[in-house]
Amino acid sequence: MSREILKVENLSMRFGGLLAVNGVALTVKEKQVVALIGPNGAGKTTVFNCLTGFYKPSGGSIQLDGQAIEGLPGHEIARKGVVRTFQNVRLFKDMTAVENLLIAQHRHLNTNFLAGLFKTPAFRKSEQEAMEFAAYWLDKVNLTEFANRTAGTLAYGQQRRLEIARCMMTRPRILMLDEPAAGLNPKETEDLKALISMLREEHNVTVLLIEHDMKLVMSISDHIVVINQGTPLADGTPEQIRDNPEVIKAYLGEA
Amino acid sequence: MTRNLKSALFSALLVWAVAYPVLGLKLTIVGINLEVHNTSNTTLAIIAICSVLMFLRVLFNHQISAAWKSSPNMPLIPAKASNFLTLPTTQRWIILALIVVALVWPFFGSRGAVDIATLILIYVMLGLGLNIVVGLAGLLDLGYVGFYAVGAYSYALLSHYFGLSFWICLPIAGMMAATFGFLLGFPVLRLRGDYLAIVTLGFGEIIRLLLRNMTDLTGGPNGISNIEKPTFFGLTFERKAAEGMQTFHEYFGLQYNSINKVIFLYLVALLLALAALFVINRLLRMPIGRAWEALREDEIACRALGLNPTVIKLSAFTLGASFAGFAGSFFAARQGLVTPESFTFIESAIILAIVVLGGMGSQLGVILAAVVMILLPEMMREFSEYRMLMFGALMVLMMIWRPQGLLPMQRPHMELRK
Repeated sequence: MSREILKVENLSMRFGGLLAVNGVALTVKEKQVVALIGPNGAGKTTVFNCLTGFYKPSGGSIQLDGQAIEGLPGHEIARKGVVRTFQNVRLFKDMTAVENLLIAQHRHLNTNFLAGLFKTPAFRKSEQEAMEFAAYWLDKVNLTEFANRTAGTLAYGQQRRLEIARCMMTRPRILMLDEPAAGLNPKETEDLKALISMLREEHNVTVLLIEHDMKLVMSISDHIVVINQGTPLADGTPEQIRDNPEVIKAYLGEA
Repeated sequence: MTRNLKSALFSALLVWAVAYPVLGLKLTIVGINLEVHNTSNTTLAIIAICSVLMFLRVLFNHQISAAWKSSPNMPLIPAKASNFLTLPTTQRWIILALIVVALVWPFFGSRGAVDIATLILIYVMLGLGLNIVVGLAGLLDLGYVGFYAVGAYSYALLSHYFGLSFWICLPIAGMMAATFGFLLGFPVLRLRGDYLAIVTLGFGEIIRLLLRNMTDLTGGPNGISNIEKPTFFGLTFERKAAEGMQTFHEYFGLQYNSINKVIFLYLVALLLALAALFVINRLLRMPIGRAWEALREDEIACRALGLNPTVIKLSAFTLGASFAGFAGSFFAARQGLVTPESFTFIESAIILAIVVLGGMGSQLGVILAAVVMILLPEMMREFSEYRMLMFGALMVLMMIWRPQGLLPMQRPHMELRK
């Protein structure tokens, strides 16, 4: 049995009088792919925002490797290795693809002011390595030929892949994908599936994703959590979820 | 047609309403009284002609714009040339050529011209510094002059009370301004956009009022005078040296000439401006420069990638302020006198105008804009009453024809070599 890496208990998020998330629990084990599904407005993205520090949860606990991370600012959670993509792609549109990847490595670069000013060997080396690491991942997501194009001019599917590559630049432990397949054609969805498996197999990344494409979710996930109107509805393996009458009623619909 | 006629009449009236009180009436002092007189008939005739022209322009608005459209579209600068001019490599060559010219010409130029050039260089420095904050990091700072004042007063006070020399005080002044930038930035950088602008605006005024009211320390409205000029490795440029010092002309066995001092100051300013140019050029290609750009584009994405927005903004603010500090201490040294009135809001506005006019983020643009903004008022001293009017007109015209600035820059992109 692999280790639990992320443990969420009794998470709740209140906006004024609205209880958007109430009592959600979630356990993610290392190298698992866990999917969070539910109807529109169920609070999936809110859960994501709580986990990545964009919202301060109103209650409950979030533990990363047994360490409480709830309420930490977003950039600190990202530094602990929890990195996310966004539902509507958020690339730096006026920068080239490779620059997008360089920015994500900011923390691992030589940011010494004087070193950069006088281009010391250490500075050149660190920039060179960053470039190589970026090139490696551009190749992994098949974007090498677009490396020097500005991100905003890339096709939608390419932007999605670039965003995932950008996350990988930060050497994450948990990758959180918010509707990664939205707007992709069937071929691209297949590629995405292969990419996620590759991340897990070769790079030891744990994946937590929100997705509406049931075919993708069912085929890729080890574990599925269903939430409805902010409250947990069910959780289990894909087979259990597929046959759960309540889930069918609330979300999947009768076949 | 009647609607056209109505608005045409209204526009013509508007011309009168604006122009008549400003240009048509003159205040004259008669004895101890102030009297209002009409100006010459020619002025009135000009206003009348203008209003008639405006009337016709609005009346035939449709026909004119149709004619304008059907005429072949001739932009001021051809698109190709414009693209060529904004390339980073081209701009680099132009800057190199400018540097050579800037080094040579003062030895042949007149005293007044060199003096104005020195002033321009101060504004180039300020513009470059503010360009970091506004152009690169996208933080609207309306109180930039506050840091300029901190730099100027740092040198003035240290020189006045402790007799420290310019070259020792220069880095101290930069650091002082940077410290103020850091202290101010810390609480306010959580604010965004308009709020930040207002707080920085307030800060600029607070600094000025403090300097004005701490009379014991800063001399209040009278400021501090007789500040020492920079020396050339300990050699002064005065006619007679103080105790224990030597003068430049004696050491080199030259005839005393006051222009030497002016040229020397110019060269110091040039040196400082070039240093600023070099630093900013490097910053653009450093991780921190990239992070500023990224933060300007999407703060949320930056946070999701583990970049601390506060630290990155703070570094932009602090660095920008330190450039103002350097410029300020040089300003104090050149002027020999600092008063709080040198650091009013209008200075901030001029520096910001230089950045916007030049094209956000572009160094060459800033240089060009500084020349335009400082040289034009100097050259048109006869029209100094209308300076603000022209200033406004220039800004409006810019917004219509070149909203991106005189010479915007295409950022130097990092390239992946395959």
